[in-house]
Amino acid sequence: MHFVVCIKQVPNTTKVRIDPETNTLVRAGVESIVNPFDENALEMALVLKEQNPGSKVTAVCMGPPQAADALKECVARGVDDVILLCDRAVAGSDTWATSYAIAQAVKSLPEPADLLLFGKQAIDGDTAQVGPGVAEHLGLPCITFVRAAKIAEPGRIALERVWEDGWEEIVSPLPAAVTVLKEANVPRLPSLRGKMAAKKLQIPLTTAEAIHADPAKIGLKASPTRVVRIFSPPQKTGGEKWTGLSGEEAGTKLAAALQDRKII
Amino acid sequence: MALKIDLENCIGCGSCVSACPFGALALNADGKAEVNEACRMCGSCVDACPVGAITLEKEAAAGTDDLASYKGLWVYAEQRDGALHEVVFELLGKGRELASAMGCPLSAVLLGHGVEGLADALFAHGADQVFLVDDPALEKYSSEPYAEAMCALIEKHRPAAILAGATTAGRSFIPRVAVREHTGLTADCTGLAINADGLLEQTRPAFGGNIMAAILCPDHRPQMATVRPKVFAPAPAEEGRKGVLVREELSLAPPVVQVVKTVRALENELNVTQADIVVSGGRGLGKSENFALLRELADALGGAAIGASRAAVDAEWISAFHQVGQTGKTVRPKLYIACGISGQIQHLVGMNSAETIVAINKDPDAPIFDVADIGIVGDLFEVVPALIRALKQG
Repeated sequence: MHFVVCIKQVPNTTKVRIDPETNTLVRAGVESIVNPFDENALEMALVLKEQNPGSKVTAVCMGPPQAADALKECVARGVDDVILLCDRAVAGSDTWATSYAIAQAVKSLPEPADLLLFGKQAIDGDTAQVGPGVAEHLGLPCITFVRAAKIAEPGRIALERVWEDGWEEIVSPLPAAVTVLKEANVPRLPSLRGKMAAKKLQIPLTTAEAIHADPAKIGLKASPTRVVRIFSPPQKTGGEKWTGLSGEEAGTKLAAALQDRKII
Repeated sequence: MALKIDLENCIGCGSCVSACPFGALALNADGKAEVNEACRMCGSCVDACPVGAITLEKEAAAGTDDLASYKGLWVYAEQRDGALHEVVFELLGKGRELASAMGCPLSAVLLGHGVEGLADALFAHGADQVFLVDDPALEKYSSEPYAEAMCALIEKHRPAAILAGATTAGRSFIPRVAVREHTGLTADCTGLAINADGLLEQTRPAFGGNIMAAILCPDHRPQMATVRPKVFAPAPAEEGRKGVLVREELSLAPPVVQVVKTVRALENELNVTQADIVVSGGRGLGKSENFALLRELADALGGAAIGASRAAVDAEWISAFHQVGQTGKTVRPKLYIACGISGQIQHLVGMNSAETIVAINKDPDAPIFDVADIGIVGDLFEVVPALIRALKQG
């Protein structure tokens, strides 16, 4: 079987901060990482490969040339093949145009995909749109927020998808697409052999033309949304701060304050 | 490529590099600005360049034909097992305000099987019109028939804008709808307004809440947005208010994805998004067993939901159903008590609209104190038991 993981290289947003003086993002020292949820999708693909002998895992990424590092990380963990879509023609793509471009990249793979795997969302944009969007472009069913997957019988996959208040067991025909939650698994570390393979690897840059992308459907001009303004989030200012009280004093004072303010 | 850098004029000051939220600009070997593939053409660099060397050339966009024929504001009336999701009432509240600004009726889209009875609640909360698709294929949720139904309604009735909850279901099938209709979708909006041109201006957090972006969908219809639960206030109910019910027969194909079994995990517990009081724990709790202390506090408060920061969930002290924050749930309770939570921005965006925030943390510099109405610098293992005793004596 052929498992295709779509990954994104993202800035480590836990370290992104706004400079209060200039009101711009401070990116110095912020490293690029594989989107953490994509690591869970990757791990799910690798486990499915192990459970289904003769399978193959391909990682697909769209991004700048540096995104090759993210794909090397995938190879180090056991991915068999990679494709890096890197072309100025896709610059400015929003989720619509990105979904189209990735769908074209998946279509261009020499072996058809049985299962597409995505992280539930990327930590920089947090849209959670590209997984379902790619599935729509390819006409595949898409099951979102999945925490477990198993090939139940040939051509069908058994899944657990999580809701706000519980979960469901689902069976879907293949090919299909899934978006994967963090709780699905603990991503493996790269193996020594994998690291060696990744080190040697030269990842060619794939152009939009090579995946037969319609120039009218990629990049800014194919993107319905426009970012018109960027600003710092409004900061709520803190209220009172109690310091130097004993635990007993603080607890008693808090109970009284909550009652005084008619909160409880 | 629509971003042009005039290399003659570029002085290599790097203002654009630091202004770019996407890391798409760098100075090249010649000390001149250079743009890469990460560019989203937001124009931040254009404004930042002190010598006007950067311009954004607009290309003619191929938009939706006959834009003016798209009229009306729709709200997706999400239901599961015959109960409307609370976010629907919040969308109707905001939707009413937007529809007035747009000068158009407010409609709700109700998809399901045997759910016609829910229309009255939608009318009571402000819907002028309800589009109902009642079909066996919609009995259990799966994205494909839900997307099919929504697309059929859009193509027939042509709304100018659609709002949906950024819920599990909304985040699953609404992106499919936007792709099929070739239109824009802004996820997780925290602000919505109608601008001077009559367009829906959608504000959303990005980079884990570190920046806010205002987004338009100028040339495509419908303009679509998802909104997290608890961001907007719910519409008040007006009993007996009437509207027009429009039934649409679609004869949908049966779903290809089969739901075999449904499990409710929070059967005996309050859901954090619905509770008036949330008691939340973070890394400072130290271990799974210590959530028992928070449960005791919840009981002493007369019932509260248990929340958790990502750190506590990642450490597997508590299930992800309790997680509050950017990758968890957004809450807007009357009272939020954060115990041992440092207050990373990713957590703050999920709870900073709570009416009253109490924070208990040992670290006086913890960012949680920046949003707390009452901040207590102290040991939660001393403060919380004392609070419980005081409440019980109350």
